[in-house]
Amino acid sequence: MTGFHLAQVNVGRLVAPRDSPRVADFVGQLDELNALADRSPGFVWRLVDDGTVDAEAAAVHPRVADERFLINASVWESAEALWEYTYRSDHLRVLSRRREWFERPDGPHQAMWWVPAGHRPSVTEVMDRLARIRDHGPGPDAFTFRDRHPAPVPPRLRPRPRSRTERVRRLVR
Amino acid sequence: MTAEDDSYAALGLLGDPVRRRLYRLVAAAPEEMGRDAVAEAAGISRSLAAFHLEKLVEAGLLAVSFRRLTGRTGPGAGRPAKLYRRADGEFAVSVPPRSYDAAGRLLAETVERAGLDLELQAAARAAGAAGAGTGADLEEELRARGYAPFRDGEVLRLRNCPFHALAQEFPGLVCGMNLALLDGLAGEEWTAAMEACAGGCCVALSKTKDR
Repeated sequence: MTGFHLAQVNVGRLVAPRDSPRVADFVGQLDELNALADRSPGFVWRLVDDGTVDAEAAAVHPRVADERFLINASVWESAEALWEYTYRSDHLRVLSRRREWFERPDGPHQAMWWVPAGHRPSVTEVMDRLARIRDHGPGPDAFTFRDRHPAPVPPRLRPRPRSRTERVRRLVR
Repeated sequence: MTAEDDSYAALGLLGDPVRRRLYRLVAAAPEEMGRDAVAEAAGISRSLAAFHLEKLVEAGLLAVSFRRLTGRTGPGAGRPAKLYRRADGEFAVSVPPRSYDAAGRLLAETVERAGLDLELQAAARAAGAAGAGTGADLEEELRARGYAPFRDGEVLRLRNCPFHALAQEFPGLVCGMNLALLDGLAGEEWTAAMEACAGGCCVALSKTKDR
């Protein structure tokens, strides 16, 4: 257990308003999809979309105010846990139909980064991370599955340089 | 030695029919196998099996781990058994040189950028259905396509992902393609469902219920 969890965000713009029949199949599966995430191994937390616009985030990232713009953000124990849910569970059935419901992204649409366990990213924070990939490319502060970065090592777990006597004592034990 | 030389050396080992049989046995097994189990399944002596298994490990074709099979722990539990499983590394050589993997990567990138997921899935489903139409047994068909299927009760689980490296790079696209292909291959008699097999394919197949 590293004291760090993996935060992730992915965004998309629906091809039609949320109440349109064109996206009804997707909207109808959302509850089920979220429930599947919630009970997946390694799931920690998910940003709940209550239908209201985060004014603070919208001031910096105007897309947030668009009714058809959806933000999915969550926190996981590890990148592997997120991968298992995203690509190796029933979520793939929905993911594989993404082009029916979402416009083709015109830039980076997903990002992940490490957060101290217990941290809950805000809408502003997740949008900032996406912007970071767009402006600077992937790095330790915002990356993707294809350019993974390991979790930071907390100071207390960092290997300490040992004195010679200590090494010998360990060997004879 | 270059990486290509390493591949030739590793694959050359499989030219020996006994060794090839042992490799196939271990690679297709749902669980790690001990020496005794391998020797018994192959019908050869334990020491001969051990000799060949070690050669396969040295070449990087098999990997080992140690575990007590008895479930006992502590003093008196005996030495942990040496268990063999297929190694993660991939070996491929082609004479003359061919780079279908590079072409696959370029095509995947283009299809993903163009957002042609559904078109790819339609082609994959049709390719699967064409395989199902030949009347061949599904398990045999899956084996021929490299999925390394095994029966788990009534369910067919897939020990291997034939698209592994490409799926790591373009998971949404390639796993969606694979699922459509298996949907097509399953026909009406079988149903493909998302049920990940550790280290293998994320799809499992079971007999369709309402028949």
